[in-house]
Amino acid sequence: MSRLATNYLGLDLRTPLVASASPFTGQPESALRMQEGGAAAIVLPSLFEEEVVREEVELSQVLEQGAGSFAEALDYFPTVDAFESSAERYLAVIGQMKEKLDVPVIASLNATSSGGWVRFAKLIEEAGADALELNLYRLGADPTRDGSGMEASDLEVVRRVRESTDIPLAVKISPYYSALANFAASVVETGANGLVLFNRFYQPDLDADTREVVPRLELSQPWELRLPLRWIAILRSQLATRASLAASSGVHTGIDAAKALLVGADVAMMTSAVLRKGREHFATVEKELVEWMDANEYTSVAELRGSVSYAASDDPSAFERANYVKILRSWNAPHDPTSRPQMP
Amino acid sequence: MDQQWTCIDGNEATARVAYALSEVIAIYPITPSSPMGESADGWAAAGKPNLWGVVPDVVEMQSEAGAAGALHGALQRGALSVSFTASQGLLLMIPNMFKIAGELTPAVIHVSARTVATHALSIFGDHSDVMHARTTGWAMLASASVQEAQDMALIAHVATLRARVPFIHFFDGFRTSHEVLSIELVSDDDLRALVPEEDILAFRARGLSPDAPLVRGTAQNPDAFFQGREAGNRFHLATPGIVAAAMEAFERRTGRHYGLVEYAGAPDAERVVVLMGSGIGATEETLQTLTAAGERVGLVKVRLYRPFPAEQFVAALPQSVRSIAVLDRTKEPGSPGEPLYLDVVAALAEGMDSAHPRFARMPRVIGGRYGLSSKEFDPGMAKAVFDELAAQDPKRHFTVGITDDVTHLSIAPDTEFRYQRPAGEVQAMFFGMGSDGTVGANKNSVKIIGENTDLWAQGYFVYDSKKAGSVTVSHLRFGPTPIRSTYLIEGADFVACHQFGLLGKLAMLEHARDGATFLLNSPFPADEVWDHLPEGIQEQLIHKGIKLWVIDADKIAAEVGMGNRINTVMQPCFFALSGVLPTDEAVAHIKASVEKAYGKRGPVIVERNFAAIDRSLKELTQVEVPQAVTHSGSSGITVPDDAPDFVRRVTVPLLAGEGDLLPVSAFPVDGSFITGTTKYEKRAIAREIPIWDPELCIDCGKCAIVCPHAAIRMKVYEPAWLEGAPEGFRSKDFRSKDLPGHKLTIQVAPDDCTGCVVCVNVCPAKSKTEVRRRAIGMEPAMEHRDAERRAWQFFDSIPPLARDLLPRASVKGSQVLEPLFEFSGACAGCGETPYVKLVSQLFGDRIVVANATGCSSIYGGNLPTTPWTVDRDGRGPAWNNSLFEDTAEFGMGMRMGSEARLARARLLLERLAPRLDGALVRETLEAPQDTELQLRAQRRRVADLVTALQALGTDDPDVRHLLALADDLVSKGVWIIGGDGWAYDIGFGGLDHVLASSRNVNILVLDTEVYSNTGGQASKATPRGAVAKFASFGKATPKKDLGALAMAYGTAYVAQIALGANDTQTVKALLEADAWPGPSLVIAYSTCTAHGMDMSQSMEHMRDAVRSGYWPLYRFQPTATEDGQPFKLDSREPSIPVRDFVSTEARFAILSRTHPERSERLLELMQADVDERWRYYEQLAAISRTVHSVDSPQYEEDSP
Repeated sequence: MSRLATNYLGLDLRTPLVASASPFTGQPESALRMQEGGAAAIVLPSLFEEEVVREEVELSQVLEQGAGSFAEALDYFPTVDAFESSAERYLAVIGQMKEKLDVPVIASLNATSSGGWVRFAKLIEEAGADALELNLYRLGADPTRDGSGMEASDLEVVRRVRESTDIPLAVKISPYYSALANFAASVVETGANGLVLFNRFYQPDLDADTREVVPRLELSQPWELRLPLRWIAILRSQLATRASLAASSGVHTGIDAAKALLVGADVAMMTSAVLRKGREHFATVEKELVEWMDANEYTSVAELRGSVSYAASDDPSAFERANYVKILRSWNAPHDPTSRPQMP
Repeated sequence: MDQQWTCIDGNEATARVAYALSEVIAIYPITPSSPMGESADGWAAAGKPNLWGVVPDVVEMQSEAGAAGALHGALQRGALSVSFTASQGLLLMIPNMFKIAGELTPAVIHVSARTVATHALSIFGDHSDVMHARTTGWAMLASASVQEAQDMALIAHVATLRARVPFIHFFDGFRTSHEVLSIELVSDDDLRALVPEEDILAFRARGLSPDAPLVRGTAQNPDAFFQGREAGNRFHLATPGIVAAAMEAFERRTGRHYGLVEYAGAPDAERVVVLMGSGIGATEETLQTLTAAGERVGLVKVRLYRPFPAEQFVAALPQSVRSIAVLDRTKEPGSPGEPLYLDVVAALAEGMDSAHPRFARMPRVIGGRYGLSSKEFDPGMAKAVFDELAAQDPKRHFTVGITDDVTHLSIAPDTEFRYQRPAGEVQAMFFGMGSDGTVGANKNSVKIIGENTDLWAQGYFVYDSKKAGSVTVSHLRFGPTPIRSTYLIEGADFVACHQFGLLGKLAMLEHARDGATFLLNSPFPADEVWDHLPEGIQEQLIHKGIKLWVIDADKIAAEVGMGNRINTVMQPCFFALSGVLPTDEAVAHIKASVEKAYGKRGPVIVERNFAAIDRSLKELTQVEVPQAVTHSGSSGITVPDDAPDFVRRVTVPLLAGEGDLLPVSAFPVDGSFITGTTKYEKRAIAREIPIWDPELCIDCGKCAIVCPHAAIRMKVYEPAWLEGAPEGFRSKDFRSKDLPGHKLTIQVAPDDCTGCVVCVNVCPAKSKTEVRRRAIGMEPAMEHRDAERRAWQFFDSIPPLARDLLPRASVKGSQVLEPLFEFSGACAGCGETPYVKLVSQLFGDRIVVANATGCSSIYGGNLPTTPWTVDRDGRGPAWNNSLFEDTAEFGMGMRMGSEARLARARLLLERLAPRLDGALVRETLEAPQDTELQLRAQRRRVADLVTALQALGTDDPDVRHLLALADDLVSKGVWIIGGDGWAYDIGFGGLDHVLASSRNVNILVLDTEVYSNTGGQASKATPRGAVAKFASFGKATPKKDLGALAMAYGTAYVAQIALGANDTQTVKALLEADAWPGPSLVIAYSTCTAHGMDMSQSMEHMRDAVRSGYWPLYRFQPTATEDGQPFKLDSREPSIPVRDFVSTEARFAILSRTHPERSERLLELMQADVDERWRYYEQLAAISRTVHSVDSPQYEEDSP
C-alpha cells in the first residue's frame, strides 16, 4: 500500500487528495483527466433540488404555452417522446464516469426539503455511485423558524436520504450551525458515514450601476482553510473513528493538505486551486505533500492523521477562544488586503 | 384478427396510413392539414419505419408548389410518395398535379379540405379547394368521418398503384381533420394484405433510370399532343372499377363496407339528397328519423368523385325517385350550378338518354350550397332540404344554413327538428380558455372513455380567433352506439364553465337541456355563489331545473403549484358528475394519462397533478338552486353610444357568438370593413394590469414602445387639458427642452391589456428608496379597473400632440405619436406587434399595408374586430392581405398604383394650373414632403387646392378627376409586412424580385424564425440547433442570411433590428427605410411563443440575442459617395457566449435533453456561425462601396 493511502467513507483511496465539486467534475472526459492528474476520488457537482424541480416545471410550462388556444396552432412544439431531465443526465454521467474512471465516484445531492425527490439518492446508488455526498445548503433567513427546528428538519433530510440508500453517505454542512459539534454528532448518529467541512456560501454581490443583485463566484483563498482546520481538529477528537472527515475550502498546496490531515481529516478536497492552476495541480500538491512528509519523516498518512487534533494537540485551547487572543497579538498590517485573516 | 380501437382525429388517422405506405413525404405547413405533416416529421425523427422497414424521407419544402415539385421528382424515380395540404396550398400544387396525372403516376395527396380565400381568408372547411383540382386528372376520394379518413386513405393508396391514376383523398377541414373519434385502426397486417406488391414492382419499373433510360416531359406539337392526351383514357376509365375492387378487398379484410356511391334510406324513396363529406353524418341522422316516421326519403353518399362514376350513381338511386337535391360545399359564382350538382344532372341526363333509362321520368334536380367555411350543417338543415324537395315549386338553387335576405336563395332550417339520440348517450359542453388547459383535458377524457370502455366517444373543439385570452368550447359525446353527429351539441346533459368570467359573456346554459348538470369553477363558495351569477344564468338554472355544482379550481391549481392550469381539477369533477365512468375508475385513468404525458419529464408535474386530482373531488360541492332570480342587470356585450352603426349591427352579434344569425345583408359585398373595431371589444382578460407612478417616471417611453397591444399609451399635452380630470388621473411635468410647459401621462387601457408584464420588465426607472418599485408596476386588475377605466376614458379625450412638435427619431418622440394599430388579438407578450404598432405610429396616416398571410394577418385582420385604426382626422393605414406567397409583389403593385394615381394627379394639376393660384400649384407639385412639418404643409395645400377646384365647378372632367385624386398629392407609403415563412421561404422569389426593382416600398419582416401562426414549423429563418416542428431533431443547417442576400443588390436599404436590444436603432431604421427612395428591407427580431420562453421577458431575450452576437444589429444604406461605407454595425462585439442566450429558450434546450450529443455539436457550430458572421460583418463595416443609382428610381428606371 502506498504511503499516501487513506480511507474515506469506507472507500480505499490512493491518496487523500479528492476533487470536490467543480465544473471539471461534471463531465466524464474532464473527470478522467482529473484522475490522470492525480485526484484520488471525484465528487460530482451537486444535483440541486430547486434546479430539478424548476427545470421540470418551467419546461413543462413553456412547452404547453399557447397550446389548445388557437385553431391554427394547437401547440408549438413537436412531441418529445424521450426526454432527459437534468436529473437523468446526472445519473447518466455517474454511469459514464464509473465506466471510465478507476477512482471512486462520489455523487452529490443538494436538498432543502425532505420531499419525495430524495428518491434520487436511490437512483444515484443504482447508477453506480460509490458514495453520496448530501449537501445541506440553507440560509436561516426565515424569522419564524428557530435553530433547533431548522436543525431538526436538516436531520430529517439526512434520515430520509440515509433510508433510501445503502452506499456510504457524507454530509456537507455549513459552519453556521449554532451548536456545530452537537449538530455534527447528530448527523453522524442519523447515519452519515462522514462529514465534509465546510460548504462555502457564495455571497451575492450588487452591481452598483444597475442596482441589481448579481451572483459572483469567488474562488477560495488559502486562509479559508483555517475554519475547517479548527473544526476538524475538534470533531476528530469527538467523533473518533465513527465518521470520516473531509476538509474542504482553502486547500491549495501540499502543506495545506498536510495541515488538514494533521488535524484529523481523512481527505483534503480541492476545487479553487484546481480551477486556477489546472488539473495537473493534483500532482503538484501530491508531490509537495510527499516532500513535506519526507522532511517531517512521516511514513504514512495514517501516521500523521489526527496527530494535531484537539485531543492530540499540545495546546487544545488554541483551537478554541485562546486562538483569537493569539491572532490579535500577532496581528500586523496585512500585505495583501484581499487575504485578510478570518475573524472568528 | 385483434380489433384495435383508439380515439384519434382525422389528420392522425390519415397520416398513420400515409406514413406506413410512403418512402418520400414532401410537406409544407397549412391549416388544417399541418398536423399530418407534423406527425410524419415527428415519426421520422423518432426513427419509426414504414411498412417495409425504412424510415420515410420527410422533407419540408419552401411552399406547396415546392412540395408538389419534390413529389413529382420522387415519383419519377419510382419512390412511393405522398403529400398533405389544403386550400391555397392545393392550388399551388395544381401545375405539378397536371403533370403527375398526365404521366400516369401513382401518388396520393391527402387534403383536409379548406375554404379558398376569396373576399376573405378562412381556415375552416369546405370543398372549394378540392373542387379546383377536379380538372387535373387526379382521382378524388371523399371521406365523411374520422374512421373513413383512415379507411379511404388506405383505399386511395391501394387503388392508385393499380390504376396508375394519382389520387386526392379529402375530408372536411376541422370537422373531420380535428374531430377526435373512436375508430378501429387498420393494422400493419391489414396494410400488407391489401397493398399489392406486384403493383409496387410495376411502379418501380416505370421509374426513370439511367440503366434503362427514357425521356418524359417532352414538348409536343399540334400533330401529336391531342392524341397523346387521349392515349391514357383507359386508365381513367378503369379507375372506378379498381376503386370498387379495392373497397371490396378492404371489406373482406376489415368488415367495413364502402361503395363508390352508396344509397341509404327507404327503398321506395321519392326524395333523395346527394352529398359528400362530413355533412353525410347529419343527413343520415335526419334520414333515420324521417324514414322511421315512414317518409319516402333517401340519401346518396358520394365517395369517389373523380372519375365520376355516373353509371353507378344512377344505378344507386331507387327507381321511385322523383326529386333530388344535390348539396355542394363550395360556390362557383357564374356557373349554372355547383360541381356535384352539374355532375349529377349530367349523369341523369345521360342515363335518361340511354337505351334502358332507369327512370320513367327525369327526376327533378335542385342544387344547394351549405357549410361553407365550416358553417354548421345540422339535422334541422338537412330536414329543410328534404322539405324543400317536397315543395310544390322548390328553389332550383338554394343555400341552407344562412339567412339570405338579399337574393333570397336560402331555405329556412327546421329549428324544431331533433335527431332522437340513442339511449345512454351523454352530450357535454365545456367553456374554457386556451390558457387553462380545458381542451387538452377534454381530449384526454375522450381518449379515456373511448379507449377504456365499451362506449363510443367524440370530441370537437371550437376556438375563437384570438391568440391571447381565447375562449374555447369543447363538444363531447359519449354513447353506446357509433357517433355520427357531425355538428355541434344542441342539447347538453352536462355543461361546464371553467372560467367564471365567461358567465356574463356567453349564453352557455342555452345549450343545456332540462335537468342537466352545470359545473362551475367559482371563486365564490357554494353558499355565496348564487348572488354572483348573472340574471340569465340564474333564470336558466331555475327554469330548466339544472343541478349546479361549484369548485374553486383556480385556488386548488394555484395551491398545488399548477398556476392557471385548472384542467386536472375540473376533469375529475366532470367524471364524478357525469357518471360516464365510475369515479374511482376515471380517476385511475386520469392519473395514468398524467403519468404517461408528464412522467417522462420528471415526477414533479405528475405529483402536482395528482394532488390537484385528489383535492378536486374533495372540494366539489353542490349548490341548492333557489326558487327565484336575485340578480338583475344586463350581461352580454355592450359598446359605447358613439360606436358606429356597423359595430352595433354586425360586430356586436359576432362578439356575442351569434354571428350565425346575421343575414347576408349585414355583410359588405366585397369584404371591405371599417377599421378600428378592436376598441369596442373590451375583453378585460388581464388579472394584473400595470399602474404608473409619475413620481418615478423618467419620460423615456420604453413601456409604450414595447407594449404588444398598444395598451400602454404616452401622451404629452398642455396643462389646460387636465381640467375635468377624474380623481386618480395621474400626470407629471414633461421633461423636454423641445417642448417646455407640457404635461405627460402614461395610461393603461385596463380592458385591453393582456397583463403580459413586458412594460414593467423594461422600465428603467427604479425607486431610489426601494429598488423593486419601478415607474410602472403590476397591480391586481380587480382593484384598479374601475378607476383606470375612468382615467383611460379621460386620457382618450385628450388630443394627441401635433405630429411635428417632437422629433420622431427617438423612443420618446415616436411614442407620443398615436398608435394606429391597437388591441390586437396577438399572444400576450408578442414580439411582433410592437414593430407593427411603431410603423403605424411613425407613418400610419399615409400608408397602405400589404400583409402576408401569417400571424400578422390574423391578429391584424381576423374578424370579429380588427386592430388597424384611424386618427382623429379619419386617416390611418389601409390594409389588405393577398396571399402567403405574393406579398412583396402585392405591395409593389400597390406602389405602382400609388404612382399611377400621382402621375395622373400631377398631370391634371399642371393642366389646370392656368386656372389656379400659380404659387399654390407650384408648391403643391414641388414642395418636399420628408418631414411631418412638410407633410402638414402639403395637406394644407391640398385642402386649399380642393377648395379652389370646387370653386371652378365640377362640370370640367379634369376638375372632377383631380378632386378624386387630390389626396394622392400627399406622399403615400407602402409597407409590406410579413413573417419569416413568407420572406425566407414561400414568398422569397417575389421578395427577391421586388428588392431587385427600384420601387419605393418598405418591407418589414417579423422574424420569429419559425412558422408561428401554424404552430411552429421550421422555416429557413430557423437557426441551427433549434428544435421546431419539421425539425424535431434540431435544425442542422444555419439560418439563411436574408439581409446579406438583399445587400448584395446594393440598391436596397437593409436593416436588422431588435427592439429589446436597441429601441433607438429600431426607430431610426424604420425612419431610414421610409425615407429611402428605393426598396427597403427591415428584418425585426421577434420573440414568439414558439421559442419556448417566458414571454414577459421578450425584451430581455432580444437583448441577449444581440449581446451574444446571435442577432447583430446593422443598417445598410446604399450611398453614391466614392468612399462611403454603407454598412453600419450597430451592435457591440458579442459579450456573452451564444450558449448563455440559447440555454434560456426551450427551442434549443429541448435538444440538449433529447439528444445531448447532437445538441452539443450544434451548439459548437452555432457559436462558430456567430463568430464567423461577426467577423464577416466587421469586415463589411469597413468596406467602401459606391452605389450608382438614379435619382428617382421609381419614375424612370423600370419604364420600358
